[in-house]
Amino acid sequence: MLQIAIEKELHGANGLLNLELKCNIEQGEFVAIMGKSGSGKTTLLRILAGLEEAQGSIGMNHVTWLGARKPLAVQKRNIGFLFQDYALFENMSVEENLLFVKKDKKFANELLALTELTSLKKESVTRLSGGQKQRVALCRAMMNRPQLLLLDEPLSALDSVMRLKLQDEILKMHRAFGMTSIMVSHDASEIYRLASRVLILENGKIVKDGTPKEVMMENTKGLEGELLALNEQNIATVLLGHQLIEVAFSAQEAKGLKVGQKITLAMHKTL
Amino acid sequence: MIETLTHLDLSPFVLSFKLAGVTTLLLFFVSLPFAWYLSQSRSKTKPFMEALTALPMVLPPSVLGFYFLMIFNQIELNFTFTGLVIASCLYSFPFMVQPLQGGFESLNKNMLEASYLAGKSKFKTLLFVALPNIKPALLTAIIITFSHTIGEFGVILMIGGSIPGETKVASIAIYEMVEIMDYNSAHIYSLIMLLISFVVLLSVYVFNHSQKRVGGFH
Repeated sequence: MLQIAIEKELHGANGLLNLELKCNIEQGEFVAIMGKSGSGKTTLLRILAGLEEAQGSIGMNHVTWLGARKPLAVQKRNIGFLFQDYALFENMSVEENLLFVKKDKKFANELLALTELTSLKKESVTRLSGGQKQRVALCRAMMNRPQLLLLDEPLSALDSVMRLKLQDEILKMHRAFGMTSIMVSHDASEIYRLASRVLILENGKIVKDGTPKEVMMENTKGLEGELLALNEQNIATVLLGHQLIEVAFSAQEAKGLKVGQKITLAMHKTL
Repeated sequence: MIETLTHLDLSPFVLSFKLAGVTTLLLFFVSLPFAWYLSQSRSKTKPFMEALTALPMVLPPSVLGFYFLMIFNQIELNFTFTGLVIASCLYSFPFMVQPLQGGFESLNKNMLEASYLAGKSKFKTLLFVALPNIKPALLTAIIITFSHTIGEFGVILMIGGSIPGETKVASIAIYEMVEIMDYNSAHIYSLIMLLISFVVLLSVYVFNHSQKRVGGFH
């Protein structure tokens, strides 16, 4: 189990922010973290990895990472980390990237086969596409058989087809090796597919914690817009902020609506 | 002319290259950990150290030479090759440190962190990840330090004198030839220096240009 109780003062673009988080994550859980930019998501991952300092305590399976006299060094935490920009070792080939982590050719070949990269193993990583690079990074992160996998918006730079493929591969790895995983993401569908639990961060605090369904399907109060047009099929064009949307009404609902009128649309929250 | 060429004393060039070679080698090993430290440091003393490092670039060689003269006098290093090496190392220090530091600072920080996360020490990361990824900066640092030492004059004049085979490097030899109005030899020596310097610099720029093209292609 991963026990987190940390505090840190952040000086971000939106001024001072007090990161204050407390939660426990079970072994093998896949947790997604959502929140506006500047809410402290990436900082949380970096603190867990030991790349940034913080006050408080972090314990992983009865080993203290933070809270003892000296924080446990990054090198000793056995963490896999996926960066948004892949962060591959550019002077090495695909295979060398994996073997640099651990000289275990058999396991490297296994991982490359699992992600369909075997044919590219001698290729320089600078020659790969974004999707291929992130798959190499995923394999590299798994080389030490990490007890914790941290994913910092790993798929946000990829197109939707590649994103689906990578989601499958992340899921495959998670099922095969059972490591605890924490992923920062903005993509609701991605979170729904991968995570078993979602934390929503706002101004450095956890404001919601639950299954993806519980957290993301919660009703909102509704959005106010202006009715711009209503055609004969009762399809209305509504201005929401700067966005135009079309809403189909039943004949009953459309009765009494007037162009120019302010209306409130209640919807299921998907993000 | 041919007679002048055959009787040309090449020992000042040999000495210049020896001095530049030893200086570059020593500086490389001293500067590497220092440049790495500066690139990774967020310490408040960093600007202070950077300013100290850059000092030899702006100080007149006579000022440096004067201080060396005073210090070396105490430890009997004036007019010796060892004295020249120590002075050259300090004089060329920024030319080795700054390109290396710039190279390290331009590296993707996440790439270095990925190495730490893989369990690798800072030393292993420097050796196997950072250094191989700053090849152009590395080459620039080595070549510029080497050529800068070859071109050294003022500091050597102050502390080295002109002892053949010990401190009489090419730049000093040219200065002496002009003083005794042996313009013929001065011409030949100067032309050799000019050609060597140009070829060395050209090779650096050609290499760096080719590296950029390789980088840009992918």
